[in-house]
Amino acid sequence: MTSQAKIELNQLTKVFFKRNESVEAIKNISLTIDEGEFVCLLGPSGCGKTTLLRILAGLETPSTGNFQINQENADNPLQSMVFQERGVIPWMTVKDNVAFGLRMRHLPTRVIKERTAYYLKKVGLENFANLYPKELSGGMKQRVSIARAFANDPEILLMDEPFAALDEQNKFILQEELLNIWQETKKTVLFITHSIDEAMLLSDRILLMSAQPGQIIKEKKINLPRPRTMEDVRSNEEMAKEFVDIWQHLQTEVQGSRTQ
Amino acid sequence: MEKQRLTEYAVQVEKEEFKKRQRKAKFKQLLTISSPILVLMLWELLSRTALIDPRFFPPPTKILATLYQMGLSGEIFTHIEISLLRIFAGFLLGVIPAIIVGLLMGMYSPIRHFFSPLVMAFMPIPTLAMLPIILIIFGIGEFSKMVTIAISVFFPVVINTAAGVINIDNIYIDVAKNYGANAKDFFFKIALPGSLPVMLEGIQMGQAIALLTIVAAEMIGANSGIGYVIWMNYKAFLLPQMYVGLVLISFFGYLFSLIIRGLQSKLIPWK
Repeated sequence: MTSQAKIELNQLTKVFFKRNESVEAIKNISLTIDEGEFVCLLGPSGCGKTTLLRILAGLETPSTGNFQINQENADNPLQSMVFQERGVIPWMTVKDNVAFGLRMRHLPTRVIKERTAYYLKKVGLENFANLYPKELSGGMKQRVSIARAFANDPEILLMDEPFAALDEQNKFILQEELLNIWQETKKTVLFITHSIDEAMLLSDRILLMSAQPGQIIKEKKINLPRPRTMEDVRSNEEMAKEFVDIWQHLQTEVQGSRTQ
Repeated sequence: MEKQRLTEYAVQVEKEEFKKRQRKAKFKQLLTISSPILVLMLWELLSRTALIDPRFFPPPTKILATLYQMGLSGEIFTHIEISLLRIFAGFLLGVIPAIIVGLLMGMYSPIRHFFSPLVMAFMPIPTLAMLPIILIIFGIGEFSKMVTIAISVFFPVVINTAAGVINIDNIYIDVAKNYGANAKDFFFKIALPGSLPVMLEGIQMGQAIALLTIVAAEMIGANSGIGYVIWMNYKAFLLPQMYVGLVLISFFGYLFSLIIRGLQSKLIPWK
């Protein structure tokens, strides 16, 4: 794998200003994510990780600093986001939801059909193509969201705690499914989570974030061989140590923000 | 063996419970049907026995007979036809601009800020109070009646449509933005379908208001239509004939709500 910079963040800062109050959501974040890397941003709620992701997703502008996503194929969109569970559009069928990004790019109908069918099959929803989201379980909705992002074939994928609302069993299943699809495409992924287990299972690298102002306080490489399963992570002694180490870091952060 | 019997017993208990629930549901259905029948029977009885003055409150059977006679002569149908035409044309004349303005108000806050004082200022004025002005501008022909209905329908629809767009969950707007929707796609794929449920509530309201308005307008300034039938027969003291007009209004009001409710389940299958 060539280590080529895919995403470069340069001293990103975002301040939210309201009347006479200002809150520094993220402060001075610089980092580089390599091509094909799966990176998890791990931190307590309110640490600004969602803000960072929303900036990369083009939904928020940074106050200062800049970022760059290096484009390889000019036809591909720069990024697509896998939203939280509510992000599946209720008035579109499963099929139309998956095809949404392709439609917005006005690709030829044949291409849209082909790619939609391919990813519907990938996430095992080909028999549910014509249902509306209200008829789906939470896990199935997230499969729609994942298929929608992958079908769009973006340069990078952004994921905003996509499994946070799922029960634990479904979460494990979807995490492994996500890894399977990802392994096939080897897209660069920036994934947000507050679950240490999830981060260790998915990522090549974990970035630990501090709370308010959000800064990256520590970086951890996860060298577990792929393909991985939850059992691998749980049974690996080194990972157990890593877990404790990460937990201790986060704990001091959460405690610190509480006493502030 | 013991276990088997226990299960059977449990099923038996639940079966009884289920039957009880069904009986209750049936009873409630019966209540719904019985109230109008009861009122009609009471009315018939009181009127026949002259406990209430049959000159003012003719028995329902007599009203029905009068309806039949008016139907035979064919005269009533011309009145129904003209009223329905006014309602239908006026309704479209009001609903279509209301949906467009409402969507634009919901989507673009400058447009919303510009239009909302106008909407707020005109909404409280009863359309009938504007009838003289409408007559001056549009003359006394059919078109002025359609305009009257259009104006009265416009307000509930425009307000509900704008509210429908504003209440679309922000996350869908983020999704559209993230996946690169342009203004046109956003309008047709997000704003229009997303606001449809609330918009249809407004249309349902507008439909009721349209009926109110047409009857009142026909009472004041027309020589045809259901409202005219009510008013003329009242003046001529032909009360059974007047009641026929009221029955017709009630019938069409109910019919229109049923149609719009049917439309609702067709247009928003995802709800």
